[in-house]
Amino acid sequence: MLLIECPWCGQRDQTEFHPHGEAHIARPEDPDALDEAAWGDYVFFRKNPKGLHYERWVHSHGCRRWFNVMRDTVTDHIHASYKPGDPKPELPITADGGDTTGTPKT
Amino acid sequence: MSQPYRLDTGGRINRAKPLRFWYDNQGYDGFEGDTLASALLANGVFLVGRSFKYHRPRGVYSAGAEEPNALVQLETGAATEPNRRATEVELYGELNAASQNCWPSVKYDLGVVNSWFSRLLPAGFYYKTFMWPASLWTTYEKFIRRAAGLGRSPMEPDPDHYDKTHAHCDVLVVGGGPAGLQAALSAGRTGARVILADDKPEFGGALLSGRDVIGDAPATEWVEATVAELQGMREVTLLPRTTVTGYYDYNFLVANERVSEHLGPRGRGEAPKERLWKIRAKQVVLATGAIERPLVFADNDRPGIMLAGALRSYVNRYAVLPGRRIVVLTNNDSAYLAALDAKDAGAAVEIVDTRTAPAGELVDRARSAGIPVHENSAITGVNYRGGRVRGVEVMQLDSDGRGVRGVGDKLNCDLVAVSGGWTPTVHLFSQAKGKLRYLDDEHCFVPGERAINNRGFEVGACRASWSLETCLREGAEAGAAAALVTGFDRAEPAPSPAAPEPAQGPLRPLWILPTVHPVGRGPRKHFHELHNDSTVGDIELAAREGFVSVEHLKRYTTTGMGTDQGKTSNINALSVMADLQGAAIPAVGTTTFRPPYTPLTFGSIVGHDRRELFLQKRKTAMHPWHEKHGAVFEDVGDWKRPYYFPRAGETMHDAVQRECLAARTGVGMIDASTLGKIDIRGRDALKLLNMVYTNAWDSLKPGRCRYGLMLNEHGMVFDDGVTTCLGENHYHMTTTTGGAARVMNWLEEWLQTEWPHWEVYCTSVTEQWAVTTITGPRARDLLASLADQPLDDDAFPFMSMQEFPVAGIPARVFRISFTGDTAFEINVKARYGLALWEALAEAGKAFDLCPYGTETMHVLRAEKGFIIAGQDTDGTVTPMDLGMDWIVSKKKGDFIGRRSFARTDTAREGRKQLVGLLTEDPAFVLPEGSHVVEPLREKPPMNMLGHVTSSYLSPNAGRSIAMALIRDGFKRKGQTLDVSLMDGSSQRVTVTDPVFLRGEK
Repeated sequence: MLLIECPWCGQRDQTEFHPHGEAHIARPEDPDALDEAAWGDYVFFRKNPKGLHYERWVHSHGCRRWFNVMRDTVTDHIHASYKPGDPKPELPITADGGDTTGTPKT
Repeated sequence: MSQPYRLDTGGRINRAKPLRFWYDNQGYDGFEGDTLASALLANGVFLVGRSFKYHRPRGVYSAGAEEPNALVQLETGAATEPNRRATEVELYGELNAASQNCWPSVKYDLGVVNSWFSRLLPAGFYYKTFMWPASLWTTYEKFIRRAAGLGRSPMEPDPDHYDKTHAHCDVLVVGGGPAGLQAALSAGRTGARVILADDKPEFGGALLSGRDVIGDAPATEWVEATVAELQGMREVTLLPRTTVTGYYDYNFLVANERVSEHLGPRGRGEAPKERLWKIRAKQVVLATGAIERPLVFADNDRPGIMLAGALRSYVNRYAVLPGRRIVVLTNNDSAYLAALDAKDAGAAVEIVDTRTAPAGELVDRARSAGIPVHENSAITGVNYRGGRVRGVEVMQLDSDGRGVRGVGDKLNCDLVAVSGGWTPTVHLFSQAKGKLRYLDDEHCFVPGERAINNRGFEVGACRASWSLETCLREGAEAGAAAALVTGFDRAEPAPSPAAPEPAQGPLRPLWILPTVHPVGRGPRKHFHELHNDSTVGDIELAAREGFVSVEHLKRYTTTGMGTDQGKTSNINALSVMADLQGAAIPAVGTTTFRPPYTPLTFGSIVGHDRRELFLQKRKTAMHPWHEKHGAVFEDVGDWKRPYYFPRAGETMHDAVQRECLAARTGVGMIDASTLGKIDIRGRDALKLLNMVYTNAWDSLKPGRCRYGLMLNEHGMVFDDGVTTCLGENHYHMTTTTGGAARVMNWLEEWLQTEWPHWEVYCTSVTEQWAVTTITGPRARDLLASLADQPLDDDAFPFMSMQEFPVAGIPARVFRISFTGDTAFEINVKARYGLALWEALAEAGKAFDLCPYGTETMHVLRAEKGFIIAGQDTDGTVTPMDLGMDWIVSKKKGDFIGRRSFARTDTAREGRKQLVGLLTEDPAFVLPEGSHVVEPLREKPPMNMLGHVTSSYLSPNAGRSIAMALIRDGFKRKGQTLDVSLMDGSSQRVTVTDPVFLRGEK
């Protein structure tokens, strides 16, 4: 059972959230400029990595806000939570009190 | 006192509180503090069950959660519970238990014939035998289920109630033995919030079963003092009778507290039977101890054979000496403690030690106590008669331990106590994705690296720290360290008291004891797994048949798959496999440890989350009226909606036909409160509507309404509804009943993740408005009788909204229609919903007003060819497939789903399209979901063109009507096709427009 940091509410139980798939997929500015393959890629294709993954979650039983999570799909370790529009964090995370080995904040 | 095996003194039982109990309908006496197992042993009941497959007689084998044999059916009737381990059931007055898996009785069980045919019941028996012919499986299954079984499930609702609670703590300590108590003490003294859980009713763990000394006093005094101090700490929660059963990510643990089971079904009053704890801990200290490992020898499953540690527990903790002449079989020193305690309690004891030259303090003490020690020996046979062991045969081991030699020595005994060393209890650590490592010297797996998110410590026997002093010290250090990490910087370890005990030497790494026959071949069985009747021979067979992976072996032989999850058997199974493969145990690996550690009842898992508390019933403001007027309800989402309103003697068919006619010819009234409603405001509200709907919204003036289709980015329809402009930058959106939450989330998702710079606010107002819809030729007259307002087409045109009082109640009245007739949807604040409905019902008497339900609503809309999103669409249907090109704007620019119209698959020929179907027999109503086929054949397979999405008998059309999605449907209008039906028959249909009634609106 994950413990997820909502950027607005703080750490909450996974049961308060819903996952919404891969993050950082912007809707194309001009859909007509995309060929069939590129549009199909936007609509249908998502990453399913073993390891580091950027994904969207919504605090559905809380503040109802969407945000992004950087999670390792192997260890389920959450490296960072951040608001939509914030830049993609990179490893190592040091800014928010977590350390480079991935020790969670306490 | 008729408890022949009860000791006169000692034990932690309350002799002042005798308890009467029943086992297999016979009355016995025990004491408060007993378990069912200890009380049965005190009464000389050794045979307590029959084994799973061969129905062999079995007795109590352990004194704890690892018990593989003594499973009983506890209590009767609704309160009955199967497969309860007698070693864990606390005795209470009038307890009633029965043995399982035997008929007619545990002593004379007919199922034992299985063991005479055991050669025919090898590993993988079920996989091999009953595969063919498949049609006979139902016959085999009945036989197998009865023969190879456990207890019986209760057939009535559980009379007890169960609680559930959440807890957060700094430090959770699992296990209340010496290490766990010290950890809780050190952490508790810092002021940290601590939870200490232990599965037994009393804290103290192994100290309660031994005769240890801490400081200068019996260890139990130290336990009492420690528990007393912990009880005085405000932030410490002590949870006895609580088994931590699951350890999940981020230190989330599930524990089951048996709150009142020990009081019995008649003694617990209002208390919950069990309580499920969901605990989130910052640090977890595992002090889960160890489970004794059996030695596997010929006929090692007989009643009267138990673990040596269990013998010690029965003697010291429960004051039961379960044998007069005891043989202790061991490969290590720890069993000598059991031998010494049993001897001291009055038994004649002999030790059979597999080691060639056992030596050391404990061995010396045994010898000087007059206990004979048979060195370098093994038990090669068991003399079993009349329900218990009568003696054993002992032979000398070969130097490599794989054979025996000499003449068998016969020892008389009535109890055999066995020890093959100890296995650390690593279940929880492993569940939490911790990696195990193998200690070659200790011959066991211990916790290695923890998973990244599951922070904490392991202390004591669960990491193979055997000495009491080490356990105390590790516990104290870990408790302090855990508190320190969570921010309690005054943390320091509690002082570790001295706990002198005799040193123990190494064990002999030999667990499968030979006989004169090769193991697995002779007339006697070597059970490595008692619970599921799995033998060493089974593992060898599995290996011969190519099952090499430990996970395959487990499933093929069912090793470790019983309700005890192989707590005593797993390591021995691994060592047999390793031996067969010529590999080391760590190379063979372990099977995956999965929760729960011990079985949980469904009651505990469910708690109070049942019936209405599990799934709420949503009711509209008008619900009381519907109930009073005999509505039959339909579940729509979580809502209870009137399905139809039958009059006396009417069937559903009668009622719906009457309602349909009344609504078309006079005036009908339906409760439409459940439709989703979203209030949308803000500078960019119009932009949002233009993006989420297919049509253009710029020209919509205040007070005007417009219908819209909502698509996903695939271009497929997923919801529809009418949206009304209430004023500048202010809209009222409606959705389908079932789609309300989905649409709300959809809008929020786009606004938050894609257009956060837009200023739009969406508020769900579904429950704020109660909606009564009146429809039909006399709807206008009815409304006019309650509203002082011009209602003609010029003053109040179609697709508009006006605010005026109806029956004196402020209302928003929408002139929109889902029936195709003149209709008014009257929205009032929810608290006035019932009053408005009643006023309309009263005024409606003059107009023959007919309240109708959802079924009539469906027929009326289908008569006009209106779709229901989710019924006539299924996520693969575009607006064009529905014939609704008119609602797709070509001019307004981009909207969600538009680009996908140009995808090859969306634009291709041959898509399924929505059409009407008229049956050849106008009275025949096609079942929804039926397949439209071409050509029709005698039987499937047939070429399927599509399926029926909606189908009703329409009294207004005077015949049955249907809608269907079929391939190239638009081109097929006028064609005759066939619908293949489930019963093998078929129905001819003509393809038409999906509009069955014209005119009016």
